[in-house]
Amino acid sequence: MKHGKYPLIITFLVPPLLLYGIFVLSPYLQAFQISTTNWLGYSASADYVGLENFGNLLRDGALWNAVRNNAILLVLLPVLTIGLGLFFASMLNMGGRRGTAGVVGVRGSGAYKLVYFFPQVLSVVIIALLWKEVYHPNNGLLNATLRGIGLPAPTWLGDPRTAFWAVLAVMIWSNVGFYVVLFGAAMQAIPKDIYEAVMLDGASRWTTLTRVTIPLLWDTVQVAWIYLAIAALDGFILIQQMTDGGPNHSSDVIGLRMYNTAFGSETKFGYASAIGVVMFFLTLSVAVLALRASRRDRIEYS
Amino acid sequence: MTTVDTPASAPPATGAEGRPGTGDRAPRREWGVVNVFSHGFLLIWALLTTLPLLWVFISSFKSDGEILSDPWGLPGALRFENWARAWTEARIGQYFLNSAIVVAGSLTLTMLFGATAAYVFARYEFRFRQVFYYLFVGGMMFPVFLALVPLFFVVRNAGLFNHWVGLILVYAAYSLPFTVFFLSAFFRTLPTSVAEAALIDGCGHFRLFFRVMLPMARPGLVSVGIFNFLSQWNQFILPQVLMQGDESKWVLAQGLAALAVSQGYQGDFSGLFAGLTLGMLPVLAVYVLFQRQIQSGLTAGQLK
Repeated sequence: MKHGKYPLIITFLVPPLLLYGIFVLSPYLQAFQISTTNWLGYSASADYVGLENFGNLLRDGALWNAVRNNAILLVLLPVLTIGLGLFFASMLNMGGRRGTAGVVGVRGSGAYKLVYFFPQVLSVVIIALLWKEVYHPNNGLLNATLRGIGLPAPTWLGDPRTAFWAVLAVMIWSNVGFYVVLFGAAMQAIPKDIYEAVMLDGASRWTTLTRVTIPLLWDTVQVAWIYLAIAALDGFILIQQMTDGGPNHSSDVIGLRMYNTAFGSETKFGYASAIGVVMFFLTLSVAVLALRASRRDRIEYS
Repeated sequence: MTTVDTPASAPPATGAEGRPGTGDRAPRREWGVVNVFSHGFLLIWALLTTLPLLWVFISSFKSDGEILSDPWGLPGALRFENWARAWTEARIGQYFLNSAIVVAGSLTLTMLFGATAAYVFARYEFRFRQVFYYLFVGGMMFPVFLALVPLFFVVRNAGLFNHWVGLILVYAAYSLPFTVFFLSAFFRTLPTSVAEAALIDGCGHFRLFFRVMLPMARPGLVSVGIFNFLSQWNQFILPQVLMQGDESKWVLAQGLAALAVSQGYQGDFSGLFAGLTLGMLPVLAVYVLFQRQIQSGLTAGQLK
């Protein structure tokens, strides 16, 4: 038992640490350094320019436009996704109460859960391309339906007034199912005798949901909030594939700004890294804020 | 107590007789009305989720003319030639194989490195353990965008740009934070008595890990393995940056994105729908078969 835990610690820890250090840590550290240079492209020299890139960021109208869109996502994506998720999860897990107290699923809840989760296993690229066709102004599923019932058929992704909201709808669509399952699992973990007591007190369904279920789910809601907030600061793949930030920058997001600045027609690596640093601090502060704002006493069922 | 899957929840109007102490009639009728509503809403969302997928599937059999003239119509024939065209001409078959090769490599590496590192963090005391652990796990919070530019050069300088090996190493490296976080929490929950008994019996530390601890951690390995498989299979940003040149080495997500672009020029709608169907079907089929494991695998990490 004495002969060596250290050989194991070293063989088990050093290879993963090396891999992580080379491909994850070192790029992140380098990015901070690159953000203080004016590096342009693959061979041009990189001079130290201090915080000049960050000063230019403040005057960059296109970036502020993207920040505004991410801010809208940051408010709407978690609120709507969690709202719908809780709504459907409570319908699925508590809808079938027939005199019995507790968490009882509606008929066919298994089938619903199976179907709701579909978008979660699909690649975001597939979701983006699929919805791009659904939104197609002439032969898309959506406009065919609208025309069928005699409603006007907008151009959706081609119209600066609707493009951003159309993508937001897809973001919500692709996330809700996951949170229905997540909240459902948390609801199943709530002890049944709590609901028996609530039933005996004659509480309505709405009271049960808002006064009992949601407070008991708060930990899970908090985690959902953080994940969705981080997702709202991204949105890159959907936007790039569906609208490429257009039309007229109406659906631009920070990630796309950064990507196009670095790998687009001009390769402004220094400036792009500065945008990346801003994203880093935004993500970090949003996560910390979400944790702080939603902090409550932890509930443990004994 | 009824469970979720029991189809015993008949319409409330007929049931509920002979159940003492469940209150008066009024609340029960309220539940009934709500039940109709809840089924309505649930059904609407189920349609919203399935209709677009079903539409793509059905459209993959249509001719371009049918797609353009009647989006709601059914195909006149089962045109599997659309699928064949996407599979060979748009090289979806090739990209499928490429994705499989890359993910097979990266998933193996992720699980091996993730399990070993997590085990050491969970079970052994050594200097700077906490520092290393938080260094690892902190990576979960970083947006990948910040790393993209330097990562491109790290990979290129290592001679791995446009190579699957580069992609495999990078996928594994970026999957490690969550994997280590999840598995070390899992290893901590395993009883220490078994490990102590094995060590007293003269079992070495390496044998202990591979013969005792790893088999005991199987449920955790399955969960995080499913999570990593899906996120690596669906990865798009990393290959887009690290696999830019050589088209024949692209992964599936890249191939589909390229198919969508070329479809825009050629107007080959049926080819695009067929490509999307080919991209969706295998993943959905695997999901339907292993629904329970996949759902709990994907949600387990969030509930920790």
